[in-house]
Amino acid sequence: MIRASVIVFPGSNCDRDVKVATEAVTGSKANMVWHGDSEVPKSDFIILPGGFSYGDYLRCGAMAAHSPIMRDVIAKAHAGTPVIGICNGFQILLETGLLPGALMRNASLLFICRDVFIRCDNNRTFFTNCYREKEVARVPIAHHDGNYFADKATLDCLETENRVAFRYCDVGGEVTEAANPNGSQRNIAGITDPTGRILGLMPHPERLFEPALGGTDGRRVFESAVVSVMEAAA
Amino acid sequence: MKALIKITLKNGVLDPQGKAIENALGALGFDGVSGVRQGKLIELDLAASDAPAARAEVERMCQNLLANTVIENYSIELVN
Repeated sequence: MIRASVIVFPGSNCDRDVKVATEAVTGSKANMVWHGDSEVPKSDFIILPGGFSYGDYLRCGAMAAHSPIMRDVIAKAHAGTPVIGICNGFQILLETGLLPGALMRNASLLFICRDVFIRCDNNRTFFTNCYREKEVARVPIAHHDGNYFADKATLDCLETENRVAFRYCDVGGEVTEAANPNGSQRNIAGITDPTGRILGLMPHPERLFEPALGGTDGRRVFESAVVSVMEAAA
Repeated sequence: MKALIKITLKNGVLDPQGKAIENALGALGFDGVSGVRQGKLIELDLAASDAPAARAEVERMCQNLLANTVIENYSIELVN
């Protein structure tokens, strides 16, 4: 049985969506873990969902990064438990330092809520192995602060270590400035840690995971996790 | 003792909000304005009365929570 845990912060609003998407592919109930708890139950992977944790006070993700449950999430991540942070979850991963860089206000200053195209630039990670190399996927974004920033040395290191998992692109897979919705450096939409077990991304794969939602391009993020867990167990 | 903590974006980090303010000032007829940067001011009271110790404590607060040192600089002013 595959067990996923979803961390629920005050202000999370995609926690139920990721629960439904995860349970659809794992076939077993996900743990919903409250931010005030001190321990995450034993899990095959952990999800930090989207939303507006703690009302985005101070900086997006800053308060959540210091909540009681995150001490254990960080400890488990360091011990090898895979973690995915989606949208606000990505902001939280950056604020904890589990991933490098920061997410700033969108260059347009607008809250952007629409589908975009992203290209999978590394399909050999825990959460991306069901995508083809350079596959283009259509997924929704919904954020005000998704403008990825890191200094040049960090960006070069991410590229050298093949840690850019997804980039904003056009429908043909070309990474262009016009296809960059929020000003992110080098069109970065998602990055991993050096092991490929921790993924942070701004787009919402859970919002396009079944035909009833209008598409299935996001589903493979969750299917990838299942494949990774099964392969590790085999 | 009171601490005033000024948090600003680092040089070289693009500040779209500062840019929008700059454009709005220009539209209002304030000519010759450039380099607008927006930041935050955090004010707090400290029980400590020893300035060096207070400064060291506020420094830790900035490093751990108040500022994101990937993109932000901070400066601390102590006021009695």
